[in-house]
Amino acid sequence: MEWTRHLLVVPILLPLVTGALLLLIDESHHTLKALVSLASTVLLLLASVVLTRMANSVPVERGIVSLSYAVASWPAPLAIVLVLDRLSALMLVLVAVIGLASLVFSLARWHRAGPHFHTLFQFLLMGLAGAFLTGDLFNLFVFFEVTLAASYGLLLHGSGAFRVRSGLHYIAINLAASLLFLIGVSLIYGVTGTLNMADLAVRLHAVPAGDRMLLQAGAAILGIAFLVKAGVWPLCFWLPSAYMAAAAPVSAIFVILTKVGVYVLLRLSLLLFGSQAGELTGFGGTVMLWGGLVTVAFATSGVLASQAMGRLAGYSVLVSSGTLLAAVGMGDAAVVSGALFYLVSSTLTTAAFFMLIELVERAREPGADLLAVTREAYGEDGGEDEERDDEEVGVVMPGALAILGVCFGCVALLLAGLPPLSGFVAKFAMLTGMLNLYGLGTPASIPPRTWLLVALVILSGLAALLAMMRSGIGTFWAPLETVVPRVLVVEIAPVAGLLVLCLFLTVKGGAMIEYTEAAALSLHDPSSYIQGVLGPEQAKAVAR
Amino acid sequence: MELTLAIAIGVLTGSGVWLVLRPRTYQLVIGLSLLSYAVNLFIFSMGRLRVGAAPVLGADGSGNPADFADPVPQALVLTAIVIGFATTALLLVVLIAARGLTGSDHVDGRESR
Repeated sequence: MEWTRHLLVVPILLPLVTGALLLLIDESHHTLKALVSLASTVLLLLASVVLTRMANSVPVERGIVSLSYAVASWPAPLAIVLVLDRLSALMLVLVAVIGLASLVFSLARWHRAGPHFHTLFQFLLMGLAGAFLTGDLFNLFVFFEVTLAASYGLLLHGSGAFRVRSGLHYIAINLAASLLFLIGVSLIYGVTGTLNMADLAVRLHAVPAGDRMLLQAGAAILGIAFLVKAGVWPLCFWLPSAYMAAAAPVSAIFVILTKVGVYVLLRLSLLLFGSQAGELTGFGGTVMLWGGLVTVAFATSGVLASQAMGRLAGYSVLVSSGTLLAAVGMGDAAVVSGALFYLVSSTLTTAAFFMLIELVERAREPGADLLAVTREAYGEDGGEDEERDDEEVGVVMPGALAILGVCFGCVALLLAGLPPLSGFVAKFAMLTGMLNLYGLGTPASIPPRTWLLVALVILSGLAALLAMMRSGIGTFWAPLETVVPRVLVVEIAPVAGLLVLCLFLTVKGGAMIEYTEAAALSLHDPSSYIQGVLGPEQAKAVAR
Repeated sequence: MELTLAIAIGVLTGSGVWLVLRPRTYQLVIGLSLLSYAVNLFIFSMGRLRVGAAPVLGADGSGNPADFADPVPQALVLTAIVIGFATTALLLVVLIAARGLTGSDHVDGRESR
């Protein structure tokens, strides 16, 4: 094994070791803790970029598209295995980018608002990286729980009644979902006798017809656990208030938590119930499609009805989840490719939006906000005044209001999916895939549910535009005496950075679409994934 | 044996679900604990139930490998117990914090009426 293969384990070990080391440093050494945490996150970003290049260097046509790494060097179906392919590499980069942005943002103020922020943050990154890299279901559960445990701590970071109350709901919902996850995993194990995802895809063919019902029940229960995480209607009512309650950098990194649910559903549905699965082909696709459609409709009305910007952003997360789930439910490679582009674009946008909201809220006069809970959520009831002295440190941004306005406008364009930013390219790529089922130029009759999805995707963009215009006018134009907010460079830089990345996605749209197309094609060819994990013989057994 | 275990899991799940749907935080914690017991027993039973089988080998060195209980679900149960224990402990802390901050043990922080 070449040494570069060992890079696969770096995104998990690096945050784990850093998080553990940070525990040993006393809370009074803010700067040292921040520097260690920052260095680790930068290294994580570098490692994931290298891994993406590795994943992208293997040819997609009939080659091995996944690289596997056997932890402790036991052979694949027995051992814990990490698998890298284009999709997981893409998700890793996304985790590192959002992680870096929210970490930098937190350095202005939030990382001192409570103990062990950096440790929890690193553990969250570790759990996320592990969930995206793992090749078996039980480790997925473990990494999922690591992520959740860290997210419980981070959601409560900064304390306050609103945060604790929504934290209670968040924890209760997620504990219940984890129990469903366990039931699903153990049912699948009971039927097939394996937890390795690639091995599972192979053994699925040998499941006797009598046991198939149990297997389907297990897969469905497992799916529900991830649908809760992704926030599909009617399992999503916890999401807007939890995301609104969390501190700004925390809700920014939480945006990627919903994407873990989407990622697992995408991976498992195409690996286990793809075109080779015989009678099980397309299992769950209808549920995801319709669930996604209803979620988009529900979240669109939520976006229009939101008074507070935090809630608006929470519903935008739901719009993005719903659109992705519906696209996954369609199961078509071109649609999935567009959906992956949309995933990247919408994650970057909503993460930037959550951080921007905190800065914009400072420009509002206290009391201008209709919902008192928002102020409570951002800790303006006393907590902030005590920290005013600390805030004087750091470079203050000149012309803050103008820059905030430009960023806000960019977020509005991205959420609405208007040109010239990447939101437009993403939606365009998805819609092209939906309307050209058999490739460009081949006439195809479009089923009504596809038209429904097309209409909902466009309408959700319109709703986002309306809602953003309303809150933008209310914030930037309507107040008679505008309070010029104090914004530090270190706070606006990550927001601007994420938005610049979205611009970059537009400019480099061609290369990005090529990458997502390759990722989608390899997802639709499970035998290549299996070949990467178990070797060529097993893959042939599936492909026949 | 199967019937006893099935009834036990069913009773635990039923009481757990009922308690989770109640409005008090304490009922929520107990409900989630009961549910996790039920799930742990369920995972355990996925390794198939056997009565009177030798743990590894019989006293005379005999033993059919097909008779052994599957160790993987047992390992899974251990992990699930540890994780469930930790998260329940965390939930308890949040519960006490919520009680202190809102002055109510209702899950919404205030009575519904």
